[in-house]
Amino acid sequence: MTRTSALRSFKLPDVGEGLTEGEIIQWLVAVGDTVTVNQPLCEVETAKAAVELPSPWAGTVVELLFEAGTMVDVGTPIITIDTGGAGGGGPSPEAEPADDGEPAAGLIGGSAPGGRTAVLVGYGPRTTEARRRPRRSGTSAAARATALPGADYGSGGADRPPLPTDDGPPLLATAPDMRSKPVRHGGLEVGRQAEVAALREDAAPARGVAPGRRGPRPLAKPPVRKYAKDLGVDLTTLTGTGTGGCITRADVDAAVAGPTTPDAAPSGRGTAGEERIPVKGVRKATAAAMVASAFTAPHVTEFLTVDVTRMMKLRGRLAARPEFAGVKVSPLLFVAKAVLLAAQRYPMVNSSWDEAAQEIVVHGQVNLGIAAATPRGLIVPNIKDAGRLALPELAAALGELTETARAGRTAPADMTGGTITITNVGVFGVDTGTPILNPGESAILAFGAVREMPWVHKGRIRVRQVTQLALSFDHRVVDGELGSRFLADAGAVLHDPGSALAY
Amino acid sequence: MTAKTSTTEMVDPVPGAAAPHLPQRTELVQLLTPEGDRVEHPDYSLDISGDELRSLYRDLALVRRWDLEATALQRQGELGIWASLLGQEAAQIGAGRAMAESDMAFPTYREHGVAWTRGVDPLHVISLFRGVDNGGWDPVATGFNLYTVVIGAQTLHATGYAMGLQRDGAESAALAFLGDGATSQGEVNEAMIWAASFSAPVVFFCQNNQYAISVPLERQSRVPLYQRAAGFGFPGVRVDGNDVLAVLAVTKAALAAAREGQGPTFIEAFTYRMGAHTTSDDPTRYRLASELEEWKLRDPIARLKAHLSRGGVADTAFFTGIEAEADELAARIRSGTLEMPDPAPAAMFDFVYAEQTPQLAQQRADFVQYHASFEEGEH
Repeated sequence: MTRTSALRSFKLPDVGEGLTEGEIIQWLVAVGDTVTVNQPLCEVETAKAAVELPSPWAGTVVELLFEAGTMVDVGTPIITIDTGGAGGGGPSPEAEPADDGEPAAGLIGGSAPGGRTAVLVGYGPRTTEARRRPRRSGTSAAARATALPGADYGSGGADRPPLPTDDGPPLLATAPDMRSKPVRHGGLEVGRQAEVAALREDAAPARGVAPGRRGPRPLAKPPVRKYAKDLGVDLTTLTGTGTGGCITRADVDAAVAGPTTPDAAPSGRGTAGEERIPVKGVRKATAAAMVASAFTAPHVTEFLTVDVTRMMKLRGRLAARPEFAGVKVSPLLFVAKAVLLAAQRYPMVNSSWDEAAQEIVVHGQVNLGIAAATPRGLIVPNIKDAGRLALPELAAALGELTETARAGRTAPADMTGGTITITNVGVFGVDTGTPILNPGESAILAFGAVREMPWVHKGRIRVRQVTQLALSFDHRVVDGELGSRFLADAGAVLHDPGSALAY
Repeated sequence: MTAKTSTTEMVDPVPGAAAPHLPQRTELVQLLTPEGDRVEHPDYSLDISGDELRSLYRDLALVRRWDLEATALQRQGELGIWASLLGQEAAQIGAGRAMAESDMAFPTYREHGVAWTRGVDPLHVISLFRGVDNGGWDPVATGFNLYTVVIGAQTLHATGYAMGLQRDGAESAALAFLGDGATSQGEVNEAMIWAASFSAPVVFFCQNNQYAISVPLERQSRVPLYQRAAGFGFPGVRVDGNDVLAVLAVTKAALAAAREGQGPTFIEAFTYRMGAHTTSDDPTRYRLASELEEWKLRDPIARLKAHLSRGGVADTAFFTGIEAEADELAARIRSGTLEMPDPAPAAMFDFVYAEQTPQLAQQRADFVQYHASFEEGEH
């Protein structure tokens, strides 16, 4: 018995009224599998829902055309099934489209005018340039004129003078012919009245109802207006070549392409240097984390400006000591120490909100996260149990952490389990910011640039080294009072490192 | 003259109907338990033969199969949308089978089960969802009005129709279908007020499937829906919507009362939409899987099957036969759907008015001429 092969490809349908794409979450069949009608083939997630797509035919899976995780346009073939010549519950052979499995033009999934693929709802994905269907020759302008406006919607139409042909004044001319009654067509009549009113305003600008209106609105159909707006083309600079001086799509295209309007090119979609970067990897992770954090934890940010002159002096002295040989004694080290000391006094700041358990988790140790800019993007490695480290050890740990991060060798374990974070925006020369919490944490401190500033010191204006701290905290966990005390304490340590002895 | 010792007196708005205000009595009329055991209810008895029971089962099973096939066809891109009745089969078959031939049903867009009992061809319903027509059946011949997508509007149509029946002196009733969400609509309340004022022969059959798309019932009503009827001045009754026998008995009684001139009744068929609101909806976003599992235990078809087999009313051969019939129906629906021709473009002018107006005829002619001006074929 000869087995005829009939390959048919199933195109991603619009499963939810007007969708244009869907992501294949997972395949439920593999190449070589035998499938029956309505057997689930794959799971697809759209903007509206995650659904299973059942097989329209019985047969054998020949090819899966996209991997799981791919976003696919509606109307694109996603799987090829060999129906073996038998529809297996599918449409009877007479009803089947051509042998190649392509639905006939006009059928669902088939080609449609304008190069689109016919789908049941909406227009479906555009695969080629839109193109008008050719008109039969002999369809004269006069015939068109009678075909459209011939219908009479209003009163007294029969004895109305004939509507102008292409040679006569256009329906919506820049100087409307008020003698002929316009065609009543939905809101167009209103639009025309507004236009006439605007023209009158032009003639008598003193009334000033339409301020800023320079001349008549150039004639163009709404899709063309939108098209021009998207391309940044000013319609008032164009001369329409369409019926009645109407600006056509081709006119807009010519304006973009042609050298006659060099000013029209830059801006919008047509820019020469535009680059589109796929969102993936660290960027994708960062985006997801920031959105999750910003929209789940109610953020409060407080600011404190601190005179850190004494700290900077201490920094010089410490750097000269043998304990700190080989490690960097940076201002960040002092900020880290200040945060650790403050967290020791106010452990609630070093905590997490557990939504599922409806509990606040106060951490037993501080895993101090340091936001690090790396070639791959932002990562936040943390120093585990940083509170137990002596200052030289903390300095070494900080140095190692930043080196590892910059080299792109940070282990995943080093990026999880953080409990509080410092972001050192000062290294980029900025004063402060409103940091977004690392997800799962309740506080983040931004450390600004240390600058020489005029500062009131002991009753006199002196040049002092001043920095700004910004603390964002999760208001579900940390109240204003607690956040303020934490920030003030950290600031006090930086202002007067000796005060740390009191902690 | 005694001092003010009056307490709030509860006045029964409908003599004879129990005052359901306080405390809340959420009585559920049930004749078949979820386990398939037949129970009796003092107000609603049902004498039913084995043939009728089997026939009810056949309706439930075939309608469910139709619904599943339509959902699959939508997922394959063959229907624009589908509103699934999964889980509500008993409410619909029970209500539909309670109707007399001369009664008129006013459905929403989900009453496929009622359509089935009125002899409407499933393909005539499907053609609407494929977008090739506005519903292919004859509402007068079938006693089943066209689907109404505007939420609640059909309750006004039903009430107006019922008032017409009254004026004709006809011994028929109108059965207005609505969902729980529709009870929040103004026109539904207006319809009930009019129905009460004129004692119109209309029965409001509300399938409380627990969700107005994603909004749970608790968000819409502080009282059980059937208790609202008291405010309009007619009886309200809550029936187990997954019990086809109870729905049949309660709806029969309400329609009989309406035909006899006793005015409207509100029936709350307490059921559950086991699928999505429509194929465009994802219920996992607003309800828990555990809830669905709970309702699966009250499945309307499973309980009748249990009752039939336990009582020896139907054997394995019967169930196998129904399954084969369902397969045939599904195949017919599938091929019939795929073979549906696209309507001629000019057909959209044909059913705007019962009688064509000169203006519309002119428009149609112009449109045909315009289409003919293209070189390609007719579409």
